[in-house]
Amino acid sequence: MTQQETPVRKVPVACTLNGQQTEFLAAPYQSLLEALREVVGLTGTKEGCNDGNCGACTVSLDGRIVDSCLVLAAEVDGRQVDTIEGMAPPHGLHPLQQAFLEEAALQCGICTPGFLVAARALLEREPHPDEHRIRLWLAGNLCRCTGYDKIVRAVQRAADETT
Amino acid sequence: MSTTADRPAQEFKVVGSRPVRHDGVDKVLGRAQYGADVKLSGLIHGAVLRSPYAHAVIKKVDVSRAEAAPGVFAAITGNDMPVTAPRLVDMMEEVTNLKWASERVMAHGKAVYRGHPVAAVAAVDQNTALEALKLIEVEYEPLEAVISLEDAMKPDAVIIHDDLVGDHLGEKVPHTNIAEHTRTEFGDPEAAFAEAAHVLERTYTIARAHQGYIEPHSSTAFWSPDDKISVWTTTQAPFGVRSSMAAVLKVPLSDVRVVPTEIGGGFGGKIGLYMEPLAAVLSRKSGRPVKITMDRKSVFDATGPGPGGQVTAKMGVDKDGKIVAATATIRYMAGAYPGSSISAATAGIFACYKVPNVRIDAYDVVINMSKTAAYRAPGTPQATFASESLVSELCETIGMDPMEFHLLNAAEEGTRRPDGPVFPRIGNVACMEAIHNSDHFKSELGESPDGKLRGRGFASGYWNGGGNRSSVTISVNDDGVVSLVEGNPDIGGTRTTIAMQAAEVFGLPAHDVHPTVVDTDSVGYNDLTAGSRTTYASGQAAIEAARQVVEEIKKRVAMIWETEPENVSFEDSVFQNKVAPDQRFTFKEAAGKLGQTGGPVSKTGAVNVRGSGGGSFAAHLCDVEVDPETGKVQILRYTAAQDAGKAVHPSYVEGQFQGGAAQGIGWALNEEYYTSPDGVMQNASFLDYRMPTALDLPMIDAIVVEVPNTNHPFGVRGIGETSIVPPAPAVGNAIADAIGVRMYQTPMNPSRIMEALANKRNGKNGHQG
Repeated sequence: MTQQETPVRKVPVACTLNGQQTEFLAAPYQSLLEALREVVGLTGTKEGCNDGNCGACTVSLDGRIVDSCLVLAAEVDGRQVDTIEGMAPPHGLHPLQQAFLEEAALQCGICTPGFLVAARALLEREPHPDEHRIRLWLAGNLCRCTGYDKIVRAVQRAADETT
Repeated sequence: MSTTADRPAQEFKVVGSRPVRHDGVDKVLGRAQYGADVKLSGLIHGAVLRSPYAHAVIKKVDVSRAEAAPGVFAAITGNDMPVTAPRLVDMMEEVTNLKWASERVMAHGKAVYRGHPVAAVAAVDQNTALEALKLIEVEYEPLEAVISLEDAMKPDAVIIHDDLVGDHLGEKVPHTNIAEHTRTEFGDPEAAFAEAAHVLERTYTIARAHQGYIEPHSSTAFWSPDDKISVWTTTQAPFGVRSSMAAVLKVPLSDVRVVPTEIGGGFGGKIGLYMEPLAAVLSRKSGRPVKITMDRKSVFDATGPGPGGQVTAKMGVDKDGKIVAATATIRYMAGAYPGSSISAATAGIFACYKVPNVRIDAYDVVINMSKTAAYRAPGTPQATFASESLVSELCETIGMDPMEFHLLNAAEEGTRRPDGPVFPRIGNVACMEAIHNSDHFKSELGESPDGKLRGRGFASGYWNGGGNRSSVTISVNDDGVVSLVEGNPDIGGTRTTIAMQAAEVFGLPAHDVHPTVVDTDSVGYNDLTAGSRTTYASGQAAIEAARQVVEEIKKRVAMIWETEPENVSFEDSVFQNKVAPDQRFTFKEAAGKLGQTGGPVSKTGAVNVRGSGGGSFAAHLCDVEVDPETGKVQILRYTAAQDAGKAVHPSYVEGQFQGGAAQGIGWALNEEYYTSPDGVMQNASFLDYRMPTALDLPMIDAIVVEVPNTNHPFGVRGIGETSIVPPAPAVGNAIADAIGVRMYQTPMNPSRIMEALANKRNGKNGHQG
């Protein structure tokens, strides 16, 4: 089926994005990931696989982390979406962002936004996770550079420093 | 350049410290611009139609319906690409024939791998482009796919390239899939084997494994009406992309400007040309900038991976366990075009040892799968799985402690590497001693509480590293901060490690050097970010530029002090008049006086670092637990010791050791292309091609050994690659220790472990040799 035969009507979406009321039009087939990157213009959320297996596109949806490639943009109407762009306070860094820098927890950095969003959700629920708990929580986020050692240490450091 | 050869250990102020990386804030904020993040005015989106067949004649491609669809700006086929004559170009970690480089980016009449581009379109958005691909009509005549070594090498093999002329020990051989057969020989291995006290020969099979970078390839091009082509692409080799683009598109080199974006991992897989020329030709046709981003499936189907293959290794020792001879036959599957790093495999397979008599045969074999790419220490992990597994089994046979065997036979300064070069000062023994002295080595393996089987394995490994060409320009600002312009994409912290080497010369804090990676028009030539060369070679360019800046500022302050530049010293970031020691300026003070003493100071260090990167050896120790019920292997503890020469930024050195170990563990335990008999990868997703997750790995203890490299002013060695070399044999040797059966094939996944345990019960040894 081509667009010639069936013109696609875009869907209006109104959501709270990083604390701001935001409205945009999304095609019905468009994922939240694509809408964030291509429609809204927030490219901090990354595409690594587009099938829910790498976690590079992790965002928070009503406080729960999701792979934004597996959520339709139209589904977030009326809901709260938080991305990497909303993580730092104005002119500052979130403790996790600071810990990632101090611990050298990124090499190429493409997976970093997803890890940060996922790790924040963990620390919001469990301020003092042990190593196994951190590894289990982050098992949905692939990193090919670090071997995870320094990422786990950065999350531990951020947990220690926010007490 | 001066060397550290016969000087006492140098003291450093910046080198060896752990500053936050310069690009770190952008990367944790999500602001860094990777390949797919490129946005340009009027940008349209491309998509590539790929062959569903691994081997097929393309009888007809008709893009007319796609081209006519609403929202489509342009469609191209192989006929839109210039025909390129065969010519070899050296891309350092890969040697490429331009004709094949051209055919690889877009099929010309024949598809030779599943995923081979056949046509491409550019449209107003991604979805319209993907829909338009469905309107392209292609008529294929499928051919028998050649996907195994056995089928490719047999006398009556189906031939993939009619125009491939093999080089078989110097003889030109047409009508073959064996692109190259090389032999390296020294001494008389047969005579030595005949007199050896023990000889062991085994054959090992290693699976294709993908580099697995998380960022898919993405390239954007704009072909301007004045025939200037700009390319924004995620690549390790902007200057390589420039030269091969120019050759493939038949345009002047300097009309191509390559802007390297941030790069989301590469590991060797982002060296070659992929979609850059397609985006450029679509741009010329449409008049718009065109972006093409691969999906993950295409990344698996049509890029990388590292070659799989088979290695037969043989080693003989005397009654004391001293190696008297070693031989190997290495057969690698290059994929659809030649070039599978057999020379690096030859260099690396026995590099950790003194081998008085040696012969290594190596075969580069084409098959109907995507052309393999360099993958971290290209060719070497596969060969080392064979040699280090063999050594472990040999030690078991002769009842010798593996560590004792390694130390007795270890290559050291002056040892001839089996393929010829003589080692300079190296850290091979120092790494083994580091493991020997580690808490891990001294720890008890302990018993599993629930009946699982535990074992410990050891393996060493080697990668030489490269030098070659780098250019770095340093300019001094009025406030005493310097800007540093470089041309190597920063794949894991090299902005900082290069800046730190300049900062060391200036005696400035690392953050008073501001590094920027720029496009190919804005800096002198730089070889690629690969071969463990960036910190090592571009660092030397930075040191050279910094030293020139210091010499120039000496002239300026001499002018102010009305003395000669020779009378000006520079130490601890202070210029001082040796004749009148009261006269002194800090670097920052002097920087503020450049305007009145002759104008701006800006210097370029352009180097061609010859010879060895120094060689970085590693020794890895691994504890595993094997579940005999399921065959699952869990890594309990892992220690990686490696020689960094001098660690510029120890955190990023540790990170390279840990990351390489993790990739090697993935290769050892899980990673493999499952391919149907007709050459179609069955597991082309991160769900089924399973790379290690955080839950699969323990902390990885990194021990940074520092044996200074005599080829670098600060003693630095390139360290990025060696860490992937020892893991597969270290894991395999640990499994053998745990279950009492040797493993001869990667990945050592649950089904193979269960098979090995069953063979053990039935009294069979699993080796094929």
